[in-house]
Amino acid sequence: MIEAIGRRAVAAVEAVGRVGHFILDTVRALPDIATWAGPAIVQMRRIGVDSIPVTLFIAAFTGVVLALQASYTFTGTVPLYFVGTLVGKTMMLELGPVLAGLALAGRVGASMAAELGTMKVTEQVDALETLAYDPQSYLVVPRVLAGTVMFPMIIAFAIATGIVTGWLTSLVLLDLSTPDFLKGLKLFYRFKDTWFGLFKSATFGATITLVGCIVGLSTRGGAEGVGKSTTRAVVYSAVLILLLDAFWAVLLL
Amino acid sequence: MIEFQDVHKTFGAKPVLAGLTLKIADAETLVIIGYSGTGKSVALKHIVGLLHPDAGDVIVDGQAVSTLDRDGLTTLRRGIGYVFQFAALFDSMTVADNLALGLRRRGLSDEEIEDRVREALALVDLSGTEAQLPAELSGGMRKRVGIARAIALRPRYILYDEPTTGLDPVTAAVIDRLMVRTREHLGVTGIVVTHDMRSAYTVGDRVAMLYEGRIRQVGTVAEIQETEDPVVRQFIEGRPE
Repeated sequence: MIEAIGRRAVAAVEAVGRVGHFILDTVRALPDIATWAGPAIVQMRRIGVDSIPVTLFIAAFTGVVLALQASYTFTGTVPLYFVGTLVGKTMMLELGPVLAGLALAGRVGASMAAELGTMKVTEQVDALETLAYDPQSYLVVPRVLAGTVMFPMIIAFAIATGIVTGWLTSLVLLDLSTPDFLKGLKLFYRFKDTWFGLFKSATFGATITLVGCIVGLSTRGGAEGVGKSTTRAVVYSAVLILLLDAFWAVLLL
Repeated sequence: MIEFQDVHKTFGAKPVLAGLTLKIADAETLVIIGYSGTGKSVALKHIVGLLHPDAGDVIVDGQAVSTLDRDGLTTLRRGIGYVFQFAALFDSMTVADNLALGLRRRGLSDEEIEDRVREALALVDLSGTEAQLPAELSGGMRKRVGIARAIALRPRYILYDEPTTGLDPVTAAVIDRLMVRTREHLGVTGIVVTHDMRSAYTVGDRVAMLYEGRIRQVGTVAEIQETEDPVVRQFIEGRPE
C-alpha cells in the first residue's frame, strides 16, 4: 500500500518535471523564428479560422438561453432590462471563454494530440530531427503561439454572437426594446469585463495547445496509443480550463 | 568514421545494448544483422543522437555524440541521412516537399532545391512523382522516396533501418540495387540494419552480427558466409534450432 503510494508520488513528480522541461524547451525554441514563423501561419488558420463555425454555433444558442433564463428568473422582481446586463456580463466574463474553451479543447486539443501522436509513432518526429529540425521549434511553438493568439479572437466573436442572439431573443420573445436591452448591457459594464474574458481565453488557448503537444509527443504504441493520447488531451485540457477559470477568478476579480 | 565505444542502453529493466563496440570506416557499407528486438535500430538512433547511451559513447568524426549540445547535434545531423523502416514520410506533404524540407534547413535557394529534388528522385527512378502524397504511393515507392530524401541532402553517411523489410523480393532487390548505386555514385559511408541475408550479402562490404547487446562477429561477406560460430551460422541459414 505505502509502496504503491510512494511509486505514484514519484511518478507524479517525474511527470511534473517532464512538463516543466517541455515548457522550458518550448521557451528556448522561441528565438528560432525562421523555423516556426511559416508553420505558425498555417496553425493560426487551422486553430483560428477553422474553429469559428463551432464556436459561434455554441455562442449563438448560449445567448438565446441566457436571455430566456434571465427573464424567467427576474419575473416580477427585477426590471427586465437587467436581461441585457446578465447576458453581457455572463458572456464576457464566463460563458463565452469557458464554453468555447471546452468546445475547442475537444476540437483543437484532440486533433493536435492525434496528429502529433501519429507523427510520433510513425517516426515522423524522429525524421524531423534527423533533418536537423528541432520539433519544439517546428511543431510545438507554432501551435502554442497560434492557440494563444487566436483563442481571444475567436472568443471575442463568440461573445459578440452571444450578446447579439441574446438581444434578438429579448426583442422577439421577451418584448424588451433595443434601448432597454442596451441600457442593461451598459449598466455595470467595466472595461475589465472585456480584457478579463479575453486574457482568460489566451491562457485557455495556450493550455489546450500545450497539453495537445505534450500528450501527442509522448504517445507510445500504435493506433491504441494515439487513441489514448487523444482522450487524455481532451480530459486534461477540460480539467485545466476549469481550474484556470477558478484561479483567474480568485486572482483577478 | 563512426565508432561505437562500449555502448550500453537499457529500457526499463531490459538491457538492449550491453557493451556494443564497433567501427565503421569511411566509404564502406557495413550491414548490422541480428534477431528482431536485439537493438539494431536502437544502435542506429544513437548515431544521430535520437537516443543517448546509459554508458559508453558513439564517436562520429571524432565527436562524442552524447556530449553535443543542441547546435552541435544539428550540425552533426546535417551530415547524416537516415532512412526509416517505414519511410517516415510527412503525410501532409507532397513527395517534393518531403525532399525539400531538409534542404530548406540547409539554406539552399529554391532553384537549387528544385534541382536536388529532381536529381534525387531520378536516382531512385521516381521522376514525375513530385506532386503525389505519400498515401498515394506503394510501400516500395515510399521506401524509395525515403532513400531519395536522404540522398538529396548529399550526406557523408546514410543509415538504413530495415530498408527491405515487408517488401516483395523484386522490390527488395530494387532497393538493394539502389543502395549499391548510392554508394557508387555518391561515395557515402552506409550502415544498413537488416535481418534479410540476401540484402546483407548484396549491399555489404562487411557484416556485423549483433547478439545479446554486443557484436558477436564482424567480417567480410565471405567470412560471415563461412563462419563456424554456431549462433551466426544458425542466423544466416535461418535454421529454427
